[in-house]
Amino acid sequence: MNFGEKEVLKDVSFSINDREIFTFIGPSGSGKTTLLRLIDMLARPTSGKILIDGTNVTRLSDREKIQVRRKMGMVFQKPSPLRGSVYANIAIGLQFRKVNADEISKRVSESLELVGLEGYEGRKAITLSGGEMQRVAIARAITTKPDVLLLDEPTANLDPVSAEKIESLIEDLKNRFGITVILSTHDMVQGQRLADRIAVVIDGRIGQIGSSKEIFYRPMNRAVAHMVGVENIFHGVVTENEAGLTAIDVNGVRITAGSGASPGTPVTLYMRPEDITFYEKDSIRSSARNMFTGRIIEVVPIGPMVRLKVDAGVKLTAVITQRSFEELGLALRKETELTFKASAIHVVEQKDTD
Amino acid sequence: MNEILEGILQAIQLIVSMNPEVLEITARSLLISLSATLVASLIAIPIGGFIHFKQFGGKRGLITIIQALYALPTVLVGLLVFLLISRSGPFGFMKLLFTPAGMIIGQIVLIVPLLIGMTLIALSGVSQTKQDTVISLGATELQTVITIVKEARFAILGGVILGFGRAIAEVGAAMMIGGNIRGYTRVLTTAIALETSIGNLSLSIALGIILLLIALMVTGLLFLVQER
Repeated sequence: MNFGEKEVLKDVSFSINDREIFTFIGPSGSGKTTLLRLIDMLARPTSGKILIDGTNVTRLSDREKIQVRRKMGMVFQKPSPLRGSVYANIAIGLQFRKVNADEISKRVSESLELVGLEGYEGRKAITLSGGEMQRVAIARAITTKPDVLLLDEPTANLDPVSAEKIESLIEDLKNRFGITVILSTHDMVQGQRLADRIAVVIDGRIGQIGSSKEIFYRPMNRAVAHMVGVENIFHGVVTENEAGLTAIDVNGVRITAGSGASPGTPVTLYMRPEDITFYEKDSIRSSARNMFTGRIIEVVPIGPMVRLKVDAGVKLTAVITQRSFEELGLALRKETELTFKASAIHVVEQKDTD
Repeated sequence: MNEILEGILQAIQLIVSMNPEVLEITARSLLISLSATLVASLIAIPIGGFIHFKQFGGKRGLITIIQALYALPTVLVGLLVFLLISRSGPFGFMKLLFTPAGMIIGQIVLIVPLLIGMTLIALSGVSQTKQDTVISLGATELQTVITIVKEARFAILGGVILGFGRAIAEVGAAMMIGGNIRGYTRVLTTAIALETSIGNLSLSIALGIILLLIALMVTGLLFLVQER
């Protein structure tokens, strides 16, 4: 897919199942919106195929495209209210399909009720708040009873309360009506909450597809790990492997992790910052195998949490609550004990220079 | 100085007493320019829509030419239409020279480029997202065009009002094609030109005030429309 002079998407290949919530996660400009536009046939790929129910839609005539598109609904990041009332906004898709007036009136009321805006028919669309308008946009897209709902960053411009409403609404739509939902977001938490499967989109390529658990804890490469907040990434070499439990040498530091890799294999280790715990010296030892002493070299408060960088031979990044930070008496340049479980580490055998 | 003051006083009297000649000229002016604006809109808005929604070679060049024609000199339009509809011209048989119909044609030619240009600006003021939204809701090509034109209707109307303002204020084409025949093709601008040259200042000033009021009303209307 070329967009003007710039190549937006490359080597993208995936399939989306019926009745699932499939989410594209990636930074802005990574190509998520373009993927949704391609599915809705608002953009044309320069090469490749897009199959919808087995039909290659890139080869359809304009008339046939409209027929396929009428089974889908799309909600854009920026809700665009059309002139006139909320009723007129929601009715328009049905009017395009030449549905009779009684049926339109019934379906508009139903859709408004579904998005929690009953009685809003007569309001002028441009007077609504961002959150309300986004819900009207969803009502507008689902009033035609589509099989597929495409949502492009539906909560990106909204306050947290409105965003929460939209998220429950999306869950509701999938559970009650079995709509296939294809969503793009840059919000990991939203992806985790809603998605059956996540595709991580980075620089126009799909970095990994999997459940949120797989993506968050078992990233396939550095780019995906970085995107989903896996901040501890180390390169090492396996030195021992005893029944799936490996010892890995990272810069002279011995880390124990679960892996099938045999001794001598170069590997990359991934670990989430939340998986590191701190404890007071000589307190009761946990069963964890990886225990280190390190010096705190950076402290960054992030809301109720604190992000710490600790030099323990390898540089570790940890996130703990502000409360534990205070209770443990941690501070910059102080020495501390820390530990993480062998199972918290995701080991990937190195094939290239990743 | 006295002459001017006297002229203004007499002019006000002409207007307040609803002088038949003043009324008649004003009515004719409005009728001719409104007709021209209406027909020009029916021509220009669909053409503007076509240019906006279709991709074709030379589109940019065409738009540039249309923009250049905003400033089309009125006397040049007068000359062009004169050549076309005069007795020996290709449309001479229709006997349109020195008729109100001929003047309407002249004004249409004059403002069509402006109206096309304003339609293009109005349509490109509708965001791409809005257009995509309409398409994603299952609109056919025609339904998309109609919906987007409706979205831009106030901006398009603004262009139409601007066109009317240019039509009613022009004198060159009206004079050359209409011939300023009293009681038949005499309009506000041609009357002002003539009455001034023969020294009938009070009538000139009266008509001038009316023209100015129309211009003010047009501007006011434009403001109201753009506030929407």
